[in-house]
Amino acid sequence: MAKKMKNTPHEQYINAQRKEKRIVLSWQLIIFVSFFVLWEVSSRMHIIDPLLFSSPSKVVALLQTKFMDGSMISHVQITMFETILGFLIGTIGGICIASLLWASDRFSRIADPYLVILNAMPKVALGPIIIVALGPGMVSIVSMGAIVSIIITTLVVYAGFKDVDPNYEKVLISFGATRWQRFKEAVFPATLPTMVSTLKVNVGLAWVGVIVGEFLVSKKGLGYLIIYGFQVFDFTLVMSSLLLIAIAAAIMYKIVEKIEGWLMKHTS
Amino acid sequence: MSFLSVNHVTHYYFSKSKATQALKDVSFSVEEGEFVSILGPSGCGKSTLLSLLANIIHPTEGKISLNDQPISTLDDSIGYMLQQDYLFPWKTIMDNVLLGPKIKKTTESSTNEKAERMLEEVGLHKISTSYPDALSGGMRQRVALVRTLITDPEILLLDEPFSALDYVTKLTLEDAVADLLATYKKTTVLVTHDIGEAISMSDRIIIMDTNPGSIKRMYDVPLELRNERPFNVRRHPKYQRIFDKVWNELNTKSIIPTSSKIVGDQHG
Ligand SMILES: Nc1ncnc2c1ncn2[C@@H]1O[C@H](COP(=O)(O)OP(=O)(O)O)[C@@H](O)[C@H]1O
Ligand SMILES: [Mg+2]
Repeated sequence: MAKKMKNTPHEQYINAQRKEKRIVLSWQLIIFVSFFVLWEVSSRMHIIDPLLFSSPSKVVALLQTKFMDGSMISHVQITMFETILGFLIGTIGGICIASLLWASDRFSRIADPYLVILNAMPKVALGPIIIVALGPGMVSIVSMGAIVSIIITTLVVYAGFKDVDPNYEKVLISFGATRWQRFKEAVFPATLPTMVSTLKVNVGLAWVGVIVGEFLVSKKGLGYLIIYGFQVFDFTLVMSSLLLIAIAAAIMYKIVEKIEGWLMKHTS
Repeated sequence: MSFLSVNHVTHYYFSKSKATQALKDVSFSVEEGEFVSILGPSGCGKSTLLSLLANIIHPTEGKISLNDQPISTLDDSIGYMLQQDYLFPWKTIMDNVLLGPKIKKTTESSTNEKAERMLEEVGLHKISTSYPDALSGGMRQRVALVRTLITDPEILLLDEPFSALDYVTKLTLEDAVADLLATYKKTTVLVTHDIGEAISMSDRIIIMDTNPGSIKRMYDVPLELRNERPFNVRRHPKYQRIFDKVWNELNTKSIIPTSSKIVGDQHG
């Protein structure tokens, strides 16, 4: 009988880890496949209404034709564009407002109750007003994407500014630093990790704002396709759009996660 | 007239619920080139006194002047080192050291070289591109000292600079700091709760009383110990007797405030 090679403890550990990873991945695959199989089968056997819930095969067929004739890609692009813009404006705007709040204690005390109310308020409820004010177009949709994240970013980042150990500022004061220098050299860089951590939340919020905005006004975009499909009773179109949103949102989330990792490494 | 003079300084901290008296009628003076230690139990107002001298907070009552000028009118003659090193973790060692010149806008082409040279003088080689995280506590404290000294302050204020270090590092660093200060002939005020440190480093010891913080006694360290390096002072035959004397001063309740009485060493 061949003598079995003895594994070192480290190899055993690595093997155990690998095995666990395989099990998790298998389960994820099983759930994924069975979901679509179940959907397809129950739709064909009329367990669920195929008119309302469509089926994976119809969704795939629709996506295929729509991507082939080029009519789908522009919808995806426009929604992605609006989301990214809303995300950037919300995040950067929030950081700017937080900086203003830090710059003046009095201003922050005055603004406090308004921020609390704005934060508590469901921002998408402002949709109709935004559309009236900014017109039924992309500006309104991007604003919706921005407004859902800007207040919470302001609050989180401002709290981060206040949380910075005052002794860093004391070091700077002892060198005669101005308030702006204190902000630039200590407060802002010390809060970068907090800012970075808002990115992931904000990208999700921007999707909410943009899709709701598209529901309300647009003639293009994935949110528009959902509403349109709903109105003309084309639920295959609704399902297809949902699937595309899920994929696009996941990709964007992953990208932001990568950026976050990179920023964390290079800022702290 | 004295170099640094503190006249009847009283300081309160105010909050909504109460006013805490941190210092009560503190008066003393420091001559140019002198090394004075302020010794007292934790919470007696040592850090408060030092931040007053550093012009970071302003006394409720009383005056502090340097070279006959009120310190509030000066902005670049005081070097203040906080209780912990407070190196900025997101800056390299070099950028940390150059913080003072950057804030004061006095950076010259030679400033970089000066920084390198001073880091060498405190025994730090080839670390200028590292980040503070990579350094031990003792090394960080040396960097913080260089950061304070590079702006060439007229007076150096040290707040328990060795309190967070292990014993061996502390003794080594005491010698290093003493050497450096001898080289640059700096007037220094050191705050500490460590009797040995006060005796071994200074020319004069101000012993503080607590609740509220006030001056209890002044003690002149015998001449023959002043020029010894701190480590040798600790092994000097006279050291133990002085230690006991200071210990007693520190632990007797003063019935009548004798804030300005100077007690010399009678044993000779
Ligand atoms: N920022 C502050 N606000 C209110 N009270 C303070 C503040 N800083 C210090 N104190 C109080 O003042 C007293 C002296 O504190 P401190 O100067 O830090 O003493 P030490 O440095 O000798 O330990 C303590 O009772 C402390 O609680
Ligand atoms: Mg203290």
